[in-house]
Amino acid sequence: MGYTEEELAKDLENSEYKFGFTTNIESDRAPNGINEDIIRFISAKKEEPEWLLEYRLNAYKAWRQMTEPEWAHIHYEKPQFEDICYYAAPKQTKKYESWDDVDPEMKETMKKLGISMEEQKRLTGTAVDFVMDSVSVATSFKAKLKELGIIFCSFSEAVQEHPELVKKYMGSVVPSKDNFYAALNSAVFTDGSFCYIPKGVRCPMELSTYFRINEGGTGQFERTLVVADEGSYVSYLEGCTAPMRDENQLHAAVVELIALDNAEIKYSTVQNWYPGDKNGKGGVYNFVTKRGICEKNAKISWTQVETGSAVTWKYPSCILKGDNSVGEFYSVAVTNNFQQADTGTKMIHLGKNTKSTIISKGISAGQSHNSYRGLVQIHANADNARNFSQCDSLLMTDRSGAHTFPYIECKNNSAKIEHEATTSKIGEDQIFYCLQRGISEEKAISLIVNGYCKEVLNQLPMEFAVEAQKLLEISLENSVG
Amino acid sequence: MEAVANSKVSAFVENWSLPAGNETLRAEALQALKGMDFPTTRVEDWKYTRITRITNKTFHQSAMTLDVKPYIIPNLEAHVLVFVNGYFQKNLSTILEGDVITIADVNDLDNSYYTNVLEDVDENVFSLMNKAFATAGVYLTIPKNQKAAYPIHLLHVSTGERTVANVRHFIQAETGSKAEVFATFHSEGANDALVNVVFEGHIQENAKLTINKLQSEEQSTFHIANEIFVQDPSSNFEINTITIGGLLVRNGLNILVEGENCYTELNGVYLGKGKQLLDNHTFVDHLFGNCTSSETYKGVMDDQSIGVFNGKVVVRQDAQKIQAYQSNGNVLLSEQATVNSKPELEIYADDVRCSHGSTTGQLDEQAVFYLRARGLSEKKAKELLVSAFIGEVLEKVDNATYRAYVDELFWQKFGWQF
Repeated sequence: MGYTEEELAKDLENSEYKFGFTTNIESDRAPNGINEDIIRFISAKKEEPEWLLEYRLNAYKAWRQMTEPEWAHIHYEKPQFEDICYYAAPKQTKKYESWDDVDPEMKETMKKLGISMEEQKRLTGTAVDFVMDSVSVATSFKAKLKELGIIFCSFSEAVQEHPELVKKYMGSVVPSKDNFYAALNSAVFTDGSFCYIPKGVRCPMELSTYFRINEGGTGQFERTLVVADEGSYVSYLEGCTAPMRDENQLHAAVVELIALDNAEIKYSTVQNWYPGDKNGKGGVYNFVTKRGICEKNAKISWTQVETGSAVTWKYPSCILKGDNSVGEFYSVAVTNNFQQADTGTKMIHLGKNTKSTIISKGISAGQSHNSYRGLVQIHANADNARNFSQCDSLLMTDRSGAHTFPYIECKNNSAKIEHEATTSKIGEDQIFYCLQRGISEEKAISLIVNGYCKEVLNQLPMEFAVEAQKLLEISLENSVG
Repeated sequence: MEAVANSKVSAFVENWSLPAGNETLRAEALQALKGMDFPTTRVEDWKYTRITRITNKTFHQSAMTLDVKPYIIPNLEAHVLVFVNGYFQKNLSTILEGDVITIADVNDLDNSYYTNVLEDVDENVFSLMNKAFATAGVYLTIPKNQKAAYPIHLLHVSTGERTVANVRHFIQAETGSKAEVFATFHSEGANDALVNVVFEGHIQENAKLTINKLQSEEQSTFHIANEIFVQDPSSNFEINTITIGGLLVRNGLNILVEGENCYTELNGVYLGKGKQLLDNHTFVDHLFGNCTSSETYKGVMDDQSIGVFNGKVVVRQDAQKIQAYQSNGNVLLSEQATVNSKPELEIYADDVRCSHGSTTGQLDEQAVFYLRARGLSEKKAKELLVSAFIGEVLEKVDNATYRAYVDELFWQKFGWQF
């Protein structure tokens, strides 16, 4: 923390341009469709070792046998897997000729979010030079991290530089045959992030600022692997509050977290992908598999603020394998217009004295549907396991839906599990109270919603929490029914 | 029988004969069964209930008789209708004189009553098998603006080796009527007996119906129940389900609230021992506004027993001002007991107050200590706490005579006093 936008801008000014990123790779594009040749092509392009190609092919074979799951409480047009281009080398993100061409609505949104002018330009892809520059900022961070022995790089780089770590941990939490979309990802993933924190090291900064710069041109099939070695700590931030216009309709990422003995990983996500227009046309499908495993005394904490995507379908999970390990899940999911979300978590208690906390806040506006689906599973050996779940839903209009599907499975008699859920709307008395004190209705709602989400927003790193708060406000604009 | 050829279901019902009456309806059910298979644990509704213990056996219909005196509720002045292995026993039944209600055999009716009330409900393999092979059942009518003078006791006993009982009841509570029904299920010397019951009801405007269901079969009996009740505006419906017997019990309770200002109450207690699997599935569908539903289910699982609770409350669009409350509490007494709880809410209207809660745990050690410090043995202390735990639900049973009977039963079976 302690790294502000101003400092970032200053760093950018001072730093020099180190890596050329101008090679013309425009033509690197695989034909649409998926087959073994395409996978070999991707693997070859990325100069991957034999074992990784093998891994991809095995996943592909398994995927072929699988059928798309249909149990979720969402309705969408199924992706046409043969129409997707599985490999397109990153293009330069020049979308607008000048700042003036940028959609004024988007500018307004970013202004409200309090994003600096420079970053606004970068996010809209106006100032191409800026993107190039950011590479060097990234490197300055990298030097700092390197001193501590922290590895933080793109997934393909990790495959080249640290194959032993990748080979050891990749697929250890989310096996390649885990589910339909994880298998697809395992077969065709193009890039992602890799992070390794050595024994006893406390990562000195939120791995967020860096990531925001690194974000440009994320692929459709990302893969993130975070390994926290014994006694280490890392706070990892994914995503961005700024609206991301994205042409890729299907996003099927895989995130794996490994917290070894006494380690702690805090993983925060802010997701604001394109939710489709007011009539529910278009928008991103966010089908992500996120899972972490905790060894002895380890802790994994997931925090998510989900406001974007037409369809969100994800369950960041914790496998509490080691004794005394802790899993946490804090989530705010906002859906508006025709958005749909089926999200929640899975807490698998295997070790003794394991603890988990689930706080989920759903807000449905417009004609959207928001479901919480969570599993708490206590295995026979998980003595004294403890779980607390709270799932609240707020309905903003009479055309929206809020649903709760908790699964509670207990096989140990010393475990204690509590689950509670409520569904309601904002009280008229609450709004009246605010109006009476001169607070406009729109402001009053944002005030109440922020209070309602406070427990979750408090878990976010500070600067992000401020942005996330504003994001909620924007997402719910004109949504009062 | 060739209608359902080549499937597990057809093999299952192969040696059952179609009872007389309702031919069209039975044919329809057989047609619907065609190509259907038994649900596996991959089917969401049967996720926690493996029924292979039932489906890998075959059962046969068998009309038998036995002494039902031990199963009569003492001191309860009621119409008693006795069914042994799914066959009505006229000689053993008592119908008191001077009551307003009419009692008819379901098989004597034409099929008209099925269509208008129950067309929305998804039938499953067991309800369809029941439709095709129902051997007996009552069609009970409580006339308009009348109160049934006596409660109606539907007494079911299973006996014999591998017997099946397909019973089907229908209760028509006409506008402004009131009645109390007891449905008890027992078994005597039954070995691998199957009880497949369908219980339907229509509670019309301003009517009030209370059902007390008791399952106290031996641990060698399988019990599958499909219960569907439809509520008209301003009606009041209450059902209390007490499950203490049966090796595998599945209670599928569906309540469709099709009118405003209704009150619905569902309470349940399930106590598992040995290798019992007790599954309570409830579904409350609020289609209209201004209704209240309240649901309390409590389970105590001992030995290697498995308890399942899956409660679902749906509030449809425009069904505003609904208050729905759902609570499920479980206590695990042994290390090998399991509980799977899945309380669900599906809400499509915004001006509602819905909540659910689910807890699973063991008895409070401090409370046990407190009682032991006062001279109770550990066993006694635990018994006292368990009875207090489920006592909360038993309190909701209004009928004192029935309550006394249930208490006595608990005393005999578990040594618990309330």
